[in-house]
Amino acid sequence: MSTLLSSSPIVINVGLADFARDIRAAGGQVVNVDWVPPAAGDVRRAALIQQLQPGSNPRLAAANDEAVERMINADPLLKDVVIAAEAIPSLDRHVVLHAGPPIDWSDMCGPMRGAICGVCVLEGWAKDLRQAEQLADAGELTFHPNHQFSAVGPMTGLTTMSQPVMVVENTAYANHAFCTINEGLGKVMRFGGNDDEVIARLKWLRESFGPMLGSSLRHVGGIRLKPIIARGLAMGDEMHQRNVACTSLVLRELAPAMVAANDDAAAVEQGLRFIAGNDQFFLNVAMVMGKSIMDPVGDVPGSSIVTAMSRNGTTFGIRVSGTGSRWFTAPVEQPEGLYFPGFTAADANPDMGDSTIVETVGLGGFAMAASPAVAGFVGAGNAQQARAFTEDMYVITHTKNTEWTIPGLDFAGVPTGIDVLKVVETQLAPTINTGIAHRKPGVGQVGAGIVRAPLECFSAALDALAEGKQ
Amino acid sequence: MSVLINDIRQRFYLDSVALMRFSVRLEDMDGVEAASMMMATPSNLQIFADAGLLKIAPEEAHADDLLIAVRARDGAHAQAAQDLARELLDSRRADTARGDSMTDRPVRSIAMAHEVNAEANLALISVPGAFAEYEAAKALDHGLNVMVFSDNVSLDAELTLKRRALDQGLLVMGPDCGTAIISGVPLGFANHVRRGDIGIVAASGTGLQEVSCLIDRLGYGISHGIGTGGRDLSSTIGGMTTFAAIDQLLEDDATASLLLISKPPAEAVALKVMDKLAAADKPSVVCFIDGAAPATDLPSHVKVCRSLTAAAEQATGMALNNLPERAPSAARDGIIVGLFSGGTLCAEAQMLLRDAGLSLCSNVPLAGVSADQDSFDTHRLLDLGADDYTLNKPHPMLEPAVRTPMLQASLEAREVAVLLLDIVIGYGADPDPAGAVAEVVSEHNRRRTGPIVVASVCGVDADPQSRQRQVATLQSAGIVVAPSNAAATEYALSLLNRTEEVSQ
Repeated sequence: MSTLLSSSPIVINVGLADFARDIRAAGGQVVNVDWVPPAAGDVRRAALIQQLQPGSNPRLAAANDEAVERMINADPLLKDVVIAAEAIPSLDRHVVLHAGPPIDWSDMCGPMRGAICGVCVLEGWAKDLRQAEQLADAGELTFHPNHQFSAVGPMTGLTTMSQPVMVVENTAYANHAFCTINEGLGKVMRFGGNDDEVIARLKWLRESFGPMLGSSLRHVGGIRLKPIIARGLAMGDEMHQRNVACTSLVLRELAPAMVAANDDAAAVEQGLRFIAGNDQFFLNVAMVMGKSIMDPVGDVPGSSIVTAMSRNGTTFGIRVSGTGSRWFTAPVEQPEGLYFPGFTAADANPDMGDSTIVETVGLGGFAMAASPAVAGFVGAGNAQQARAFTEDMYVITHTKNTEWTIPGLDFAGVPTGIDVLKVVETQLAPTINTGIAHRKPGVGQVGAGIVRAPLECFSAALDALAEGKQ
Repeated sequence: MSVLINDIRQRFYLDSVALMRFSVRLEDMDGVEAASMMMATPSNLQIFADAGLLKIAPEEAHADDLLIAVRARDGAHAQAAQDLARELLDSRRADTARGDSMTDRPVRSIAMAHEVNAEANLALISVPGAFAEYEAAKALDHGLNVMVFSDNVSLDAELTLKRRALDQGLLVMGPDCGTAIISGVPLGFANHVRRGDIGIVAASGTGLQEVSCLIDRLGYGISHGIGTGGRDLSSTIGGMTTFAAIDQLLEDDATASLLLISKPPAEAVALKVMDKLAAADKPSVVCFIDGAAPATDLPSHVKVCRSLTAAAEQATGMALNNLPERAPSAARDGIIVGLFSGGTLCAEAQMLLRDAGLSLCSNVPLAGVSADQDSFDTHRLLDLGADDYTLNKPHPMLEPAVRTPMLQASLEAREVAVLLLDIVIGYGADPDPAGAVAEVVSEHNRRRTGPIVVASVCGVDADPQSRQRQVATLQSAGIVVAPSNAAATEYALSLLNRTEEVSQ
């Protein structure tokens, strides 16, 4: 057995940097670790991480391998559009699903409240916005997170009984997930818009576009989404702030079917223009795909892999495989980014939406190295800096997904399986590419930027995992 | 009216040595009364508060934030110090951010470092004690041998780590292991000693340094110097690392003989050690400093010594010469004061003087030595690297200036006849420890006569500081330089007027 003494030692130096310098000066080989205290110097938490580490806890490695295997084995198929109440039986009168972890009406931000008033009018629960507000104030509405019902929604993310939802089936595990159709840009309900124009468009989605999209999808037997993602990554998309390539690929798949499966040429033209005119059409598809991938991962005992990240404009919540459906929450952080002309950080709404499901599966901010164009857009810097963001995410994830590769990183797979232990240890928070909404309802997107998941969520999850282990 | 400022750098980590060096520079500035830069851990915040340097509420800073505290004569001087602090931190950040890996990105963890070089086989850990166990466990997870330089690691943690290491066939050197030399590569505080075939296992860093340097100066060399940490031979730990190290050296082709250094172990453990060495097929020298003579008959290939110099002479078969000539003048009245940076060197000096019949005191007393340091006419040997002197101050080996005030006081004190010093050089030590001492002594000599100053330089000519140059620097200040710590102690003893002592 070769021992320490049989040859010149190759040293990893952790601590006083001068020791590495001296080893080198004496002709020895050394790698110096740029050390920072684990868990932000919290000795108690560092001890918890140590207890849960594979070295002292073999169960963890196996559990995380299982969790990530389920992610990678997923096979999401975009197959239909149905009315939400059909997909989610609990959706009834006065029931509103929203983005993010649970939240009360009184704590909701401006755009969320605006959207809720609008949706009451859309559903006919109130005749106008003022009556809608009274309904909400009186406590007549029931609110739940989308996530609780296998759904997701961008920004305000409201899902109610009569709205059309896209259906993705994860054929590997036979589970389904749902998401509304992306309304387009500007004055839309996901940014809190609630005027006649917004309501009219939602009615058009329900009565015309939704059914047409559904029949087209059924006509082609559904669209397998993993290959779309793989091609999109090679074309500069990251699926959160940049979806133009995937939108185009899906339009190509759908266009002949839309013509073949629908008689009304004018309606088809309107539908095609709708998709073609919205670079972010695919965002909602990417989101529901992400949800369908993560739902089967929601309950691996002892696993520290993150299964959901989500915000409601007030709080940021995460879920972790080993602790099931429990939310770990903290106040949302302010994005750092670039604003469209005329807008500043003072106009920004706090972070909001279920779209962080995209980062949860290794895309969005995690795949920023695939999308130098988005790096400029969100103020992350140049292509080199975009790479650095992805490389940081490798530090906090379990593995690389070899089906979704990034050409600019020599086809390295995207960082997959966010590990709570690694996040707390390194204090590197998941990086999210996000749109920034105006804090006044209905104005729309005012910029885009980078926001970090609050470390507090992960520290709380660590504590819970450690308790669970006892 | 003094001005106190507190400046927080969030999530900015720098190691304690770098921070203390910077703090010293701030305190040197004109108009600055006190300054300190430390990580804002709960215990450090208490230290800030006790020093009258804390202005923020404890909740305002986290354990991974850096706190800069300056108290100055007025606002302008405080600001100047704060500016210098920021400059020092920013330039340091730029240096370390250049990264060390082939990918040019910062290597943040042992895991990442192991990816950079999969051949790595040793982790050298010198992080604050609270995290040393954490990092050491990680190192073992990666199948690495470990040297834990850090102290303030619990005995329980040491036991856990060493048991795991035993299972995995790995070595854990430490905790509180200041020195190791493996295949000629210096780890921690170590000297550039000649390679040869004597393998050393040491529970003491400066003990390993002194013996390896003496072996080199006697014309021989070492194969490896393995540190075990100061508690390895306790009954709890039972010598796990010591025995593993002995086994590895017995297997090692480059090693022809062994040399073991420690303070006296727990009796049961000592017996096991002696049995093992007796059964070995290579000769060995055992140095239990201040140990009792061994009870059992030992085979001829196992020799026991009580001092580091004797051990080096025994292992090489050579004798140290170039001893300083005995003082021609009459013996002196007064006491010996020893100011040591190496704890083992202080212990060796205590043993020799106590055995010669002197009544002594020390802050780290051996048996038969008093702990009462206030006595006016008792000889006094102090370990300035011990905890009571290094709380919130750098270790004297890193920052010789901390020895200066006591040095000055001892030079001035009428009752001091002889001042005894150790100068430890090599990797990790200050660039010019002799210079710091020589400056103080020369300055004193300009003004009046004082005690005779006797020193030893633990080091070799090939060290970055060059022992030869350090000796010359000391001699130019009129300091007598002896070839070893033991020799210096004997020489100091020879200078005393012993008639009074003998009659006690």
